[in-house]
Amino acid sequence: MKKVLNGLAALGFLAAGSTGLALQAQAEGAGEIHIAKEGETQHYPLLKPKEEDWSFAGPFGHYDKGQLQRGFKVYREVCASCHSLNLVAFRTLEDLGYTEGQVKTIASEYDFTDENGDERKGLPMDYFPAPAALDPPAPDLSLMAKARGITRGFPTFVFDIFTQYAEGGPDYIHALLTGFNQTPPEGLEVADGTHYNPYFANASALAMAPPITDDTLIEYDDGTPASVDQNARDVSAFLMWTAEPHLEARKRTGFGVMVFLVLFAGLVYLTKRKIWASTPH
Amino acid sequence: MSGGHSTYTPTTGLGRWIDARMPLPRLVYDSFVAYPVPRNLNYAYTFGGILSIMLVSQILTGVVLAMHYAADTSLAFVSVEKIMRDVNSGWLLRYMHAVGASMFFIAVYIHIFRGLYYGSYKAPRELLWILGCIIYLLMMATGFMGYVLPWGQMSFWGATVITGFFTAIPLVGEWIQQLLLGGFAVDNPTLNRFFALHYLLPFMIAGVVVLHVWALHVTGQSNPTGIEVKSKTDTVPFTPHATVKDAFAMVLFLIMFAWFVFYIPNYLGHPDNYVEANPLVTPAHIVPEWYYLPFYAILRAITFNIGPIDSKLGGVLAMFGSIAVLFFVPWLDTSRVRSAVYRPWYKLFFWLFAANAIFLGWLGSKPAEGWYIPAMQASTLYYFAFFLVIMPLLGLFETPRRLPNSITEAVLEKNKGKSGAAPATAESH
Repeated sequence: MKKVLNGLAALGFLAAGSTGLALQAQAEGAGEIHIAKEGETQHYPLLKPKEEDWSFAGPFGHYDKGQLQRGFKVYREVCASCHSLNLVAFRTLEDLGYTEGQVKTIASEYDFTDENGDERKGLPMDYFPAPAALDPPAPDLSLMAKARGITRGFPTFVFDIFTQYAEGGPDYIHALLTGFNQTPPEGLEVADGTHYNPYFANASALAMAPPITDDTLIEYDDGTPASVDQNARDVSAFLMWTAEPHLEARKRTGFGVMVFLVLFAGLVYLTKRKIWASTPH
Repeated sequence: MSGGHSTYTPTTGLGRWIDARMPLPRLVYDSFVAYPVPRNLNYAYTFGGILSIMLVSQILTGVVLAMHYAADTSLAFVSVEKIMRDVNSGWLLRYMHAVGASMFFIAVYIHIFRGLYYGSYKAPRELLWILGCIIYLLMMATGFMGYVLPWGQMSFWGATVITGFFTAIPLVGEWIQQLLLGGFAVDNPTLNRFFALHYLLPFMIAGVVVLHVWALHVTGQSNPTGIEVKSKTDTVPFTPHATVKDAFAMVLFLIMFAWFVFYIPNYLGHPDNYVEANPLVTPAHIVPEWYYLPFYAILRAITFNIGPIDSKLGGVLAMFGSIAVLFFVPWLDTSRVRSAVYRPWYKLFFWLFAANAIFLGWLGSKPAEGWYIPAMQASTLYYFAFFLVIMPLLGLFETPRRLPNSITEAVLEKNKGKSGAAPATAESH
């Protein structure tokens, strides 16, 4: 047991030491864009997304239904004109706090063509229909909040285990949506028809035009003041839900499992001590 | 050890009836109840048990996942998402299986390093060690093919890169690669055969595990002193002593497992695998899963040609060699003393090796550019030097510390200053 404690103490020192390193690295890296010189490889994104506060973060994380409904509104009125949501069925919208009747109404606002070529209204069992394809195609958004992440670097990625940081996806989406309309740094070429965004994962600019601007804000029905930041935040949360609809059940189950395992470990440890009490080892 | 005769005496009529016809209860009793284990085993020796529950967990979750999975390139990605969304507790099964693979590898790495530290591979346990190496190889193959099944971007491109290694082999390389892929590129036939093999290999692992445990029970367990069991006071019965200690370690391990499954299930994966496979779009960085990263670094460390061997073949040879060398460890180590506890120099080089292996893993996640390349080369050099130079030479030059005469003596020496542990009671065991 003494050895185990010593080991834990050593780990603690290591963790403390590397926290210092991490803070230093963060201070150095904040807000600086590194443009590759000739012969060097340019790494993207140019800027690391900031960590935002999310209701679904941490061991007791849960979705804010009001926020999900607001995010859904932003998706429907902005993103849906280009991006599909192939993996999401209307029936699952009840998770957002809508009643069965409301879900039926939402589904019926979409038109479907069945195999006989007849037009019909959408039903709760249907999935979100894809908008007309673009060239280049706009990616499906169902899993976007898990399909994007932030490279954390050493030693931050070690702390992430203990802090349970798993919100790289929504942080990225929020940063991207609010990261347009900046002036590119000198020496950086932005191709015609693309839009500079230092948070974009694959390049310095992307084909998507700024989807939310001060002139195209989505106003909310629940009185929440609309802003680019608020629209981006809500739609990021909504996309976290589309990517991980069972997140709340997962964390809730996890708490029960943890309580059980810790108590069980305690009992097994006491049993072990009793069995080995008369046997030096 | 287990060569001694059985002490099993069935107490019921039914027990005697079965024992006379097929003595399975006797086998279980002799192997997991009365089986004597060294009394000085520490928690590093609990990972064998942990690995066996991980294997069972992987097979159980895997069989249920296979009931819902569709091994077809047009359906695979969506079928996994159906599991995550619509199957009852599907998210739990799938996360347990995906995270479980990582936990399996964490446990196996600790298990292997424990063997290297305490010299568990030395005579008469060479076959036990080699069977372990075979299990590890099978695990690598199983893990790799399992990662292809969700048919994400990393699945597809990882499979493309790794099967591409085989083309480096002269003459037969292309033929081997096409045999693996079932065609000229990763496609539906690849996915189908990988699924079939991913379902088959775990049962082969289970088979080799039986041999591994059999070999273990013939030679008896090694222990931290490296001294063989000499008398009855050196051992305790497996049940309850080892059973309860293993159980405690298992529960602690399960706490870590649950932490990952319930709170950070995607931490050990790659975000790109939530993008469906697309042969026309190459990801910016193709990286294998974390548990292959040290070998991926070794592969890319060879950036130069050696005589007729070009850098590509050289990298592949170095990578396969880094695993092959493990099979020869029992004969590369020339020391008469088993345990690193009594080998001051070996202990130092061992910890350097462990640190170097972790560093190689970190390098494996980095692109092959800048200072990473010479670092990969230096680390690869130390990896091989540890096995091929340090191990054989240390045995000849190192002066080991004085060994105790027996396990009991070592234990009593250690407990001398401790209160509450009267030496007299030790003799009664």
